[in-house]
Amino acid sequence: MRNKKIPKAGSNIHKVSKKTYLKNNYQLYLMLILPLIHLILFKYRPMLGTVVAFKRFNIFAGIWDSEWIGLAHFKEAFSSADFWIALKNTLILNVGDIIFGFPVPIIMALFLYELNNKIIKKSTQLILYLPNFLSWVIIAGIVNQICSNNGLLNGVIKAFGGESVDFLTNPVIWRIVYWITGIWQSAGYGLIIYLAALTGTDPSLSEAAYIDGAGRMKRIWFITIPQIKGTITVMLIMQLGKVVSIGFDRPYMMSNTLVKDVSEVISTYVYNVGLQSARFDFATAVGLFQSVVGVILILIVNTMAKKFGEEGIL
Amino acid sequence: MSEVKSRSSRIFQIVVGAIFVIISLLTIIPILRVVSISLSSKTAILSGKVWIYPVQFTLEAYKKSFGNSNFVDSFLYSILLTGAYTGICMLMTIMAAYPLSKDGLKGRKIIMTLFVLTMYFDPGTIPNYLNVKSFGFIDTIWALIIPGALSAYNLIIMRTFFAGIDKSLYESAYIDGCTEFKALIKIAIPLAVPAIATLSLFYAVSRWNGISDVLYYINRSSLYTVQMMLKQMIDSVRISLEEGTNTQLIADNIKAASIVISMTPMLIAYPFIQRYFTKGIMLGAVKG
Repeated sequence: MRNKKIPKAGSNIHKVSKKTYLKNNYQLYLMLILPLIHLILFKYRPMLGTVVAFKRFNIFAGIWDSEWIGLAHFKEAFSSADFWIALKNTLILNVGDIIFGFPVPIIMALFLYELNNKIIKKSTQLILYLPNFLSWVIIAGIVNQICSNNGLLNGVIKAFGGESVDFLTNPVIWRIVYWITGIWQSAGYGLIIYLAALTGTDPSLSEAAYIDGAGRMKRIWFITIPQIKGTITVMLIMQLGKVVSIGFDRPYMMSNTLVKDVSEVISTYVYNVGLQSARFDFATAVGLFQSVVGVILILIVNTMAKKFGEEGIL
Repeated sequence: MSEVKSRSSRIFQIVVGAIFVIISLLTIIPILRVVSISLSSKTAILSGKVWIYPVQFTLEAYKKSFGNSNFVDSFLYSILLTGAYTGICMLMTIMAAYPLSKDGLKGRKIIMTLFVLTMYFDPGTIPNYLNVKSFGFIDTIWALIIPGALSAYNLIIMRTFFAGIDKSLYESAYIDGCTEFKALIKIAIPLAVPAIATLSLFYAVSRWNGISDVLYYINRSSLYTVQMMLKQMIDSVRISLEEGTNTQLIADNIKAASIVISMTPMLIAYPFIQRYFTKGIMLGAVKG
């Protein structure tokens, strides 16, 4: 009974003195201590570390006592051909992912949703989502087994009397292999997202259109798609916002020296220049450029989406 | 009229059904191919007889892989590492998510914003490396556990779940003099088992599959994860690609067996975790 008036942070009673508030909620703050220490030491401390991009990093002096040199590293990056190649490749690979990869799960979800056969519906989701759980190391190993000179694809081509194709060493074909592998790996994830969005749509609208004589394609185009437009926009914002940033594992594991000219992207460039050649300061500048442009892009795309009357992500 | 409609609908169902069966087959064929190679004899592979089913079935490649003590050691080490990482991550995630799920907690908004910002701004590979280095974690197992011990994305999912727990459940416990730590352990955690299972799997999958931090922070081969061992085998293929030769340092069936062994934990867990993951994605899709 004595405790009845003690308001906890989770309860509805708000007006209490500071002392009682702390007395009742100090345990919640105790719980937050470790996560906050982690947040500061491993998320925000590295953010301060980006000042290395404006310094001549001296490993003995450390980050703080190294000499300031302003924007010299950025100037060097912008006048270096390698940087522009890495940036161009990043954009090409990402834009290809959006053009070829983005519509695939949407189209599949729209048709799979119309399908009555429950077994095919379930097993398609189960199988398509599976590659999402494989690491890029494993996927690269699988791609080698499929696309190498004595791989499955060339086996099929040779069986039909064709000439073997250099899937992994021809730069143009390598890009296509990269994009198709991306679709193979991630289509199942998108499929599940869009199917869930479709379950949230109102079937009576589609039925009404059916009674009015609208064909299946017309119903999909004019009734169903407008209802999942919000989900499509959010997914597109996230992809467009990431168009300058690229994960490390996929391009790194899939590349080889023969396709370096098209496979070197910002993340692998930072790794090669920064960690392999130990140019920490310069590589930090390149990475920082990528992060800052990334944030600006997300803000722009998000604002645009809101202008078009869609809900953004921020 | 209705007959025409139902017939066209039946054709639609058959065609679309068939297309999805083909898509599913195309998706699974690469995996079947690797499994087949790993179970076929060397001579059958070299003569190009293996397509997507084993020819001259043999377990030789698996015997050789498991006979390689380095590979077995790194496999066991990876399992331990994944377990430890997942445990620490869940502890951190729950301890952060529970207080932040309380509406009246002062400072909640600011703390939440601080976490969310980390999702949009990445300091980059090198500042993270220098940070890990400054703690002396390079070439220790801590480099693979501590820096990634809390993901803002998973924190949001966990918090959303905790916030959905009926508040009246807490009220009566508080009246009985229950402390917050007790409320977390006795009320919140038992009710959040589905979310905890999902997030544990998110963390476990990311650790098991992770390669970049091993590459950045670990030089000692005794601390190589199974993915790193596999990467070195795949590098030998790259070398033969680059030299334009077909002579390979490691036989195809051994490589295939290693690939299969390293994806086995995922393949075994997959049917069980798939529905949890689906739920997890949905929770994550809800804005934080």
